[in-house]
Amino acid sequence: MMRTLFALLLLSCLSSAHAALDPAALQALAGDDLDARNAAVVALALSADPQARVVLLALRDDALYTADGRVLVIDGEHLSDAASGASVAPAPDSPEPLTVNNLLRGQVGKALALGDLHSAEVRVRRAAAHELADAPPPAFAAIMHAVALAETDAETAALLRNAAAQAKLSSNDAAQRLAAVQELASSGDPAVAPLLRPFAEASDADPALRSAARAALAAINDRLYWGELLDRVFTGVSLGSILLLGALGLAITYGVMGVINMAHGEFLMIGAYSAYVTQGLFQRHWPAAQAWYLAAALPVSFLAAALVGVLLERLVIRHLYGRPLETLLASWGLSLILIQAARVLFGPQNVQVDNPGWMSGSLVLTPSLVLPWNRMLIIAFAIAVLVLTWALMQRTRLGLYVRAVTQNRPMAACVGVHTQRIDSLAFGLGAGIAGLGGVALSQISNVGPQMGQGYIVDAFMVVVLGGVGQLAGAVWAALGLGVAAKFLEGWTGAVIAKILVLVFVIVFIQKRPQGLFAQRGRHVEA
Amino acid sequence: MQSRRPFLFQLTGIAASLMLGALTLPAHAEDTIKVGILHSLSGTMAISETALKETALMTIDDINKHGGVMGRKLEPVVVDPASDWPLFATKARELIAQDKVAVVFGCWTSVSRKSVLPVFKELNSLLFYPVQYEGEELEKNVFYTGAAPNQQAIPAVEYLMSKEGGAARRWVLLGTDYVYPRTTNKILRAFLKSKGVADEDIMEEYTPFGHSDYQTIIAKIKKFASEGKKTAVVSTINGDSNVPFYKELGNAGIKATDVPVVAFSVGEEELRGVDTKPLVGQLAAWNYFESVKNPTNAAFIKMYKGWAKEHKLPNFETAVTNDPMEATYIGIHMWKQAVEKARSTDTDKVIAAMGGQSFTAPSGFKIEMDARNHHLHKPVMIGEVRADGQFNVVWKTKAPVRAQPWSPFIAGNDKKKDEPDGK
Repeated sequence: MMRTLFALLLLSCLSSAHAALDPAALQALAGDDLDARNAAVVALALSADPQARVVLLALRDDALYTADGRVLVIDGEHLSDAASGASVAPAPDSPEPLTVNNLLRGQVGKALALGDLHSAEVRVRRAAAHELADAPPPAFAAIMHAVALAETDAETAALLRNAAAQAKLSSNDAAQRLAAVQELASSGDPAVAPLLRPFAEASDADPALRSAARAALAAINDRLYWGELLDRVFTGVSLGSILLLGALGLAITYGVMGVINMAHGEFLMIGAYSAYVTQGLFQRHWPAAQAWYLAAALPVSFLAAALVGVLLERLVIRHLYGRPLETLLASWGLSLILIQAARVLFGPQNVQVDNPGWMSGSLVLTPSLVLPWNRMLIIAFAIAVLVLTWALMQRTRLGLYVRAVTQNRPMAACVGVHTQRIDSLAFGLGAGIAGLGGVALSQISNVGPQMGQGYIVDAFMVVVLGGVGQLAGAVWAALGLGVAAKFLEGWTGAVIAKILVLVFVIVFIQKRPQGLFAQRGRHVEA
Repeated sequence: MQSRRPFLFQLTGIAASLMLGALTLPAHAEDTIKVGILHSLSGTMAISETALKETALMTIDDINKHGGVMGRKLEPVVVDPASDWPLFATKARELIAQDKVAVVFGCWTSVSRKSVLPVFKELNSLLFYPVQYEGEELEKNVFYTGAAPNQQAIPAVEYLMSKEGGAARRWVLLGTDYVYPRTTNKILRAFLKSKGVADEDIMEEYTPFGHSDYQTIIAKIKKFASEGKKTAVVSTINGDSNVPFYKELGNAGIKATDVPVVAFSVGEEELRGVDTKPLVGQLAAWNYFESVKNPTNAAFIKMYKGWAKEHKLPNFETAVTNDPMEATYIGIHMWKQAVEKARSTDTDKVIAAMGGQSFTAPSGFKIEMDARNHHLHKPVMIGEVRADGQFNVVWKTKAPVRAQPWSPFIAGNDKKKDEPDGK
């Protein structure tokens, strides 16, 4: 309450209250001169008239028009005069929209944020402070400084002090500049560094100011360095989680069962298309629950991919056990058939799978460390799938049978395990897990008939590198390849990084054909 | 895998044409003119090229409804080169030699155009290429209805350098790894240097076709932007990689007010698959935007939306028009005018008649084919993305600009002739 009163007082001191906005100022806004337009926005931000905010909001939403020398706000069917807020009827012939370019839009955003600083909600104030954190107009400095003093939320206050300091950097008073530079040393925002650099490099500047600027730059760079390193590890882990989702199913069919399945990528594709179909069903039948279609897509895609997997195993693969070359060729043929089937069913173009709201945006830890929600959720999802697969293989009867059949097929059959059914189920399980991976992929890359082709090589690479017959090996290989690829990419660019990773894998397999983790013990069917 | 498809296609094609030929060929050959449409309908470029096929079919249909060309109806022959560059050449040969088309409208990527060039030269046929490109080429058998670098790339960079554009002083040149981005960036680098930009203020990055993980690149852009003056990104990413790129850009919270990204291959069509709210203010440079207001454009948009609805194209409710679609539309109409002037579909006669043709284009300007250099005079427009996926034109030239296919920013180009050899 105190804060609001204080702010209101301050605002009314800064500008004389109008009954309506000055039409001449609005004309400047509608003109061609960029400086005049910017000044008009700043004047609107400092105005105490509630109509000023209406105009700023309209400017942000492209709802401001000019017609017959007047500036109008057009909200759907309703027209009103921008200066007075009074309704306008009849509508003028052809109102011209006011174009807002980036520079002006940035200014409008900051002008609106200045008003939001007096909001009762901490969330709104904090967002406003973030908006103002980067190069605010100098005219806002006094208000930001005053609000920062009264601000109860520590984060908002710190941001505002920083922003006010930035605005003061261009001040003519040397003491103010020095104080501003010292204040900015605590900033974690990468955008601040370029502002400080001129002071640190200028040869004619006051030495105290220069050394303060240098110290501030060093402190900021140090903070940025760690943010960057963490960011790179995160992107590596994120790529690793995608590789893992692609490879986990293969780790079962190839790793455990020994089937070289070239159609594995197509199970990913089936999973992704299942997500697309589920999305369509939700759109048609339950539009209210649209945001949660992904949750429903998980079982659907698992079942769809698993069903196709079991069918393929029953019809083709099982006749070819023990003949790797034939399996390879047959499954390659199957892969072509599946791709063509997808083309016939869904068309050759990519289909559009939307990100639900909770998959968009990101978590801002520091300005240099921004973690997108979709990547984090996919990492969590990969871990969940991994734990489930591990539990299934190690803790259930089905897993026990699968392992028994893998290690010694005749003996398992002797003690009453129905080996053929286990083969089908294991293959279906591998395919189903790939289907789950496909749902994750649908959120970050394009969904099209050939999407699986891009992942098959990576998936085999992970399984072979990790050591055939090991889930743990696949995990380490996926993470290792992901992080290595991302560090290389930062260094050499995406094209060379891809080549280097392939070369590394080839050399590694030459030196250590059994992979990272060799399976110990007897191999009956090796 | 790819090598097997053309063979199968040919087999079925031969079988079908034998059957059809027996029934209808005599009647058809007399009163129609065949035109080829060579756009990828599958693979990584399908996102951009499918709409061009539809535009070409629509324009042909429209011309036929208005009496055809010299009283003869146009008969489109559509093939799918599947984003596979060598297959473009195979398909082009098939269109010219087998189907005997009079002209081909097609290609998007420069690598596909380079792949079909020898075929068009050898068989002396005609290609209309509707997409902005890197220049450095002038072929007698090709008419370029898209922009040359001085009609798109250079003005876009000049805009970002200006005060209105944010006065950018550091540049990230980001592209897909093939001839168009590489050459464009070479020209831009030379241009930036001539404007006094130092080498350490330019970062060049390339990704493979179909790349879908842009996390590292976006982190790099952020770092680069934090190291100095105001930074802008020039994107020559092509095809469906743009969807993950823009999604990642939105998620990473890079706003156009901080680091503007200007794209040369992203228009209304490519942004249909993306939530554009976080991208508001990102830029694109073209010679046409759907949001341009004039009667010709209104009619063009209405015609395309009607076509999309009538033919039940995927997501036809949200059908949009874009610059290469406009260029396709202009190209077909200009070819028609040239054929009518030459009173023949003969390649050399049409080439001679093309120079100086003019057409009132949806961009709102009277567009003219240059008398000499096979390029159009086009207006340049720079647009900013709106929340609804359309563009606000924030800057445009007052009049159409003549194309410079040989960029003055590449050494040795001043000696090159502004006219194709053998013309």
